[in-house]
Amino acid sequence: MADVIPYTREEKGAQPPSLYLPYKSTEFRAPKQPLVILPHTLSEVTGPVYGHGRVLPIDADLTKQHAGEPLGERIIVSGRVLDENGRPVPNTLVEVWQCNAAGRYIHARDQHPAPLDPNFSGAGRIVTDAEGNYKFTTIKPGAYPWRNHPNAWRPAHIHFSMFGPSFINRLVTQMYFPGDPLFAFDPIYQGIPDVKARERMVSRFDMDTTIPEWALGYKFDIVLRGRDATPMED
Amino acid sequence: MSKKRLGQTPSQTVGPFFHFGLPYEGDSNLIVGDVQGQRIVVEGKVTDGAGEPVPDVMIEIWQANAAGKYDHPEDTQDKPVDEGFHGFGRCATDNDGIFRFNTVKPGAVPGPGNSLQAPHLVTFVFGRGMLKQLLTRIYFEDEAHNANDPVLALVPDERRGTLIARKISPSTYALNIVLQGAGETVFFDY
Repeated sequence: MADVIPYTREEKGAQPPSLYLPYKSTEFRAPKQPLVILPHTLSEVTGPVYGHGRVLPIDADLTKQHAGEPLGERIIVSGRVLDENGRPVPNTLVEVWQCNAAGRYIHARDQHPAPLDPNFSGAGRIVTDAEGNYKFTTIKPGAYPWRNHPNAWRPAHIHFSMFGPSFINRLVTQMYFPGDPLFAFDPIYQGIPDVKARERMVSRFDMDTTIPEWALGYKFDIVLRGRDATPMED
Repeated sequence: MSKKRLGQTPSQTVGPFFHFGLPYEGDSNLIVGDVQGQRIVVEGKVTDGAGEPVPDVMIEIWQANAAGKYDHPEDTQDKPVDEGFHGFGRCATDNDGIFRFNTVKPGAVPGPGNSLQAPHLVTFVFGRGMLKQLLTRIYFEDEAHNANDPVLALVPDERRGTLIARKISPSTYALNIVLQGAGETVFFDY
């Protein structure tokens, strides 16, 4: 069997270290031993592209999953999943989840004393189209406190999980909203060394996808690793 | 390549509240229909640098079927795929840090050059306190080919055992994942 075409490696500065002490819970969860450099083999350049089950239109509208309308500011989030070479990533599963407008997750372990919304769960699934486009409707999540340090608050964010064409394209990230005053105080956002790269996680307000008298539009493109032009030596 | 590359989107932690947001058909049960090969359970405990169980991480595995074929277009081997097995599983650890997959034992798969890789599960760990996921592998102790596996060969002798699951019953393999400290699992830079 011919050797596989590898993907690029981690972009230095754009990806976080495992250990970042301002984010306290990294302290006991980051490996201390050196990582072993792995060449990409068939095991890494393949990945789950089939078997994701049925993804329904309702999975892309988080405001319609219950009997009534959730409270909060209705938004439409859309964008493209691309690789570093600018090629679209079609037919890939995008999973999203978030807290409600008050900053409360439906999750049983979330004890933040803000109200749950009986009309909002906060989870969605979308498959990108042939051009890598995705789109979903939701409400704008709230900021919420956490116990990392005194008076710690997470900037409003939506969690994103992407599969891409191979298992090493797997990416979990968070989408933020423009101009959030909490960026400067958030060790999860600040954990990305390169300031320019951090900004790739911030969506932009978009009038073109804003629907009159209905919902504000935000655009967020996601860039996964691309094929490496220079194959690695064995 | 002359064209300027786009910058990678940074990784962020999956956080503590992912469970409701990442439902997956089958979840930790990879067998969704007819499948060839030996059915096995792969289980273990995840612990942190304080030796405490980690109750809020998510493990994902990707593997070949029993014939050593990945259900993916880039696996061009002339081998059968299974109707009821795609090779992907997801499992959140429980309150005791335990994960458990129901799957089939994978076959050997091609490696670099003319090499063959011993049966293994490609394994990601996601969690709170992890700004990016960690990549490891799970091998099986009863596979003679481990001795010739090109990836295990990259791992220092004294740490290789952290990647090899013990057979604790005829159909059950166990391997703990140690995120940090004594017996720390080998993680890969990929």
